[in-house]
Amino acid sequence: MDHSSDSRPYGRRAFLGIVAAGIGALVVGRPLERVTAHLSPITSLFVSDGWRIYTVASTMPEFDPNTWRLEIGGLVSNPQTLSYDDLLSLPQAEQVSTFHCVTGWTVEDVHWAGVRFADLLAAAKPLPQAKALSFVSAELPYVDSLTLEQVLEPDVMLAHRLDGAPLSQPHGAPVRVVIPEMYGYKGVKWLQRIELTAAPIDGYWEQRGYDRDAFVGHSNGY
Amino acid sequence: MTATRSSAIRTATEAPPPTGTRSPRYVRRFSRTERAIHWIHAAAFFVLLGSGLVLYLPFLSEAVGRRPLVKDVHLYTAAAWAAALLLVVLVGDRRGVRRTIRELEYFDTDDRRWLRGRRSPQGRFNAGQKLNAAATAALAFLFGLSGLLLWLGERDTTFRFASTVLVHDWLTFVSVALLAGHLYLAVIHPKTRHALRGMTTGSVREDWAREHHEKWVASGAEPPETPPARS
Repeated sequence: MDHSSDSRPYGRRAFLGIVAAGIGALVVGRPLERVTAHLSPITSLFVSDGWRIYTVASTMPEFDPNTWRLEIGGLVSNPQTLSYDDLLSLPQAEQVSTFHCVTGWTVEDVHWAGVRFADLLAAAKPLPQAKALSFVSAELPYVDSLTLEQVLEPDVMLAHRLDGAPLSQPHGAPVRVVIPEMYGYKGVKWLQRIELTAAPIDGYWEQRGYDRDAFVGHSNGY
Repeated sequence: MTATRSSAIRTATEAPPPTGTRSPRYVRRFSRTERAIHWIHAAAFFVLLGSGLVLYLPFLSEAVGRRPLVKDVHLYTAAAWAAALLLVVLVGDRRGVRRTIRELEYFDTDDRRWLRGRRSPQGRFNAGQKLNAAATAALAFLFGLSGLLLWLGERDTTFRFASTVLVHDWLTFVSVALLAGHLYLAVIHPKTRHALRGMTTGSVREDWAREHHEKWVASGAEPPETPPARS
């Protein structure tokens, strides 16, 4: 086909323009996140409330409040087995924090309610050599760990409520670990056992190359 | 050979068949290679959209579960899409594809007038179709790039960028909007939906083509590969 002098390669320019904009967004990115965050009240109506549900097993663990138990063992003086009611009768705490996922999405102003680790571990009495906690999920083989020092930070908790409602199944019912300073994969969902150990272990994602100390903005290549 | 054909078409253009004729004339709009590219892209898009939504939307993630399996479906479909497109271009009519790309890239005075909302004669592709093709190709390229980065980033932190997943999401929003418009024009809108026949059988009614793609018919559109069945 012959292109007369009045022909302009607008199609190629459109292609290259969109590709350049996309690559630019990959590189700078942050403004896009701002736009997404501001649009979230609208997108939550028909797309998503900002959360994404990541799982590693084929099905999500079921929660039955009558049979559910949380075990606390390992390097402790008094191993514990807590029922859901036992957990609710411990001193309760609330916090509003931002949730960061290592894949790049963020949910702001998340209302959590739950139990601080100092209160949770009080009856079990960790031994002096206990320096870390392993969190075993009912969603096998998901596991992760934090140091004792990290879980005693003031904004770390074992949460059983999210935004005013009991934690739903996709969010890890009945309890999940919340540590806002770190990426979400450190916050084990569907928690069923806490093991106190002398040193932290490599969790599910750490065994796949992610950082053990997953501080937001200062780990995993960021 | 070509001369006889185009002169036959020209004659037909000058003397259109009477309306209400039983056997309308057809002209070939898309080659088999072009149709294969279109339908491979369309089929892959729907599988990728479906599996992607299951990975993205909490209520679907919850209802379907099996995230590792859905993720595999998504990844292998993307790989199959790229491989199939490459294969079709390699074994198909490569010269034709190159010619079509040039056709899509260039906008003449009539195309620019059309974009400003004025009625003006169009070639085999109207200016909107040309823009849609450019946007679709760019989105596909960016989907592939951001998807590859997501895949690599799970394996090596060097390839991890904070906004890769957001770019992948935004590409989905834009693509779905573009697809909605495309489907409306191809399936629902009475004036344009005859175009779908061109993408399924390869040929369109000559009188329809003359109305919508006047310059293409005038410049010698070819008859279909095999004459359409008469009823």
